[in-house]
Amino acid sequence: MARALSPRRKLISTLAAWTVALIIFFPVLWMILTSFKTEPSAVAMPPQLFTADWTLENYAEVWARSDYPRFFWNSVVISVGSTLLGLVIAIPAAWAMAFVPGKKTKDLLMWMLSTKMMPAVAVMIPLYLLFQRLGLIDTKFGLVIALMLMNLPIIIWMLYTYFKEIPGEILEASRMDGATLWGEIIYVLTPMALPGIASTMLLNIILAWNEAFWTIVLTTTKAAPLSAFIASFSAPQGLFYAKLSAASAMAILPILILGWFSQKQLVRGLTFGAVK
Amino acid sequence: MSTQSSRLAARAMVAPSVVLLLIWMIVPLAMTLYYSFRLYRLLSPDRTGWVGFNNYLWFINSPDFWLALFNTLALVGGVLIITVVLGILIALLIDQPVKGQGFLRILVIAPFFVMPPVAASIWENLFLHPQNGLFSAVARSFGAQPILFLENYPMLSVIGIVSWEWLPFATLILLTALQSLSSEQLEAAEMDGASAFSRFRYIILPHMTRAITVVILIQTIFLLGIFGEIFTTTQGGPGSASTTLPYMIFKQAIAAKDIGRAAAGGIIAVILANIVAYFLMRGLGRNLEN
Repeated sequence: MARALSPRRKLISTLAAWTVALIIFFPVLWMILTSFKTEPSAVAMPPQLFTADWTLENYAEVWARSDYPRFFWNSVVISVGSTLLGLVIAIPAAWAMAFVPGKKTKDLLMWMLSTKMMPAVAVMIPLYLLFQRLGLIDTKFGLVIALMLMNLPIIIWMLYTYFKEIPGEILEASRMDGATLWGEIIYVLTPMALPGIASTMLLNIILAWNEAFWTIVLTTTKAAPLSAFIASFSAPQGLFYAKLSAASAMAILPILILGWFSQKQLVRGLTFGAVK
Repeated sequence: MSTQSSRLAARAMVAPSVVLLLIWMIVPLAMTLYYSFRLYRLLSPDRTGWVGFNNYLWFINSPDFWLALFNTLALVGGVLIITVVLGILIALLIDQPVKGQGFLRILVIAPFFVMPPVAASIWENLFLHPQNGLFSAVARSFGAQPILFLENYPMLSVIGIVSWEWLPFATLILLTALQSLSSEQLEAAEMDGASAFSRFRYIILPHMTRAITVVILIQTIFLLGIFGEIFTTTQGGPGSASTTLPYMIFKQAIAAKDIGRAAAGGIIAVILANIVAYFLMRGLGRNLEN
């Protein structure tokens, strides 16, 4: 609903919008700036936005003291793996609910979403015991399964809202041409739904990357991703600010950069079909 | 378009998701329910047996319980109010034809990508810390005593941190909704002499209803289970001042190693979540109808 503004109002609006945006972003910026400071200047009073003695030493030390590449790789495998597996299971379900809706489809969707309302802590112990019994503790496979199930309702709901926007006539036309059910899904529907699938994928990779409860509960060392890495870093008191900031930056930068690059698709995905 | 065979195929395609989610939900729930009626302490593993509703009674009669219940609802309600109200205001601001809108969006969305332990530790150490935090430096530069946020206002601090994490989500959804509103309608209203407030009240706000519904629905799902932010910052304290229901369960399970009581708490939390879900669906469900 963008409308023309007088130059004066435009200037005021621009200033106000930038101020607000910078305030929201500031904690992240401050963390990144702190990660390049020496420890004394990180806690200098009064605080310094910029210092003369920039250093990369914090990153070098975090890198040397921990096995960052392993944590990073675990994060990649777990977030991408759980998302892809979730898509494989969710695409047929969302397709069926969008194009062959029954009386109970809406209720079914709401029920799926409501499974996410169960607080994770409430079922922590049984799930831990189950995973232990199945030998899945501290395995990437176990976490892929857990995070896939955790995010499955969101994946289904997002896909459902995308699929619903695809006009049914196109499907009927393809059916007239003799397409089978699977042919319909693979050759007609999927290409049209690809942007929606991409948005869903991105959002769920981010959710899985940032998941910090099951990753901590269900891993110890081997399969621990970056969210567990950072939790182990902040646990012992007395870790210095600059190093803590560097470790934090290393944990969030990969997903921050991915998120920024895919901002447009992501925003569309985030609306969950709320905005037509 | 749905024939008998296609309906059957559709059912087959939905089945795996339904079965998996059922297992994912029912197996742990059944186990939790079982433990909640059992004496099960990790510190005295040989004493076991049925205890009826004792675990529940202990949980409900614990002095922390009502506080934890209140804190849980305060956290959900507080964050919802802050993010929706600020989200609407910021969306209105950014929606104007300001310079560098694309870059603004990048700045505003950033907190959404920050994982909870990092968000909590940034706020705890770099901002709220009484000696080295930025806020205490600002307070001191005005000659004031630094505020002990996590000691004196633990619940408000947690609400603030979580609101910061979820503000981008609310803002972006509301902004997208705003951008789909046609400007002609607003211009016509303006020409008819509608004030800025009544334009907002009667045109903009109704247009955003659906988006606001989704914000509330999705955020509630995530907010009911908030755990990491409290674990990293206040550990539920001081005392029990910032203990929520999930955190109280966690304390029973991990610190007290009383699985039976923790399980009873878990069932209570699930019941609470269901009550909240029921009112949400009833109150908001019709906004989602097409």
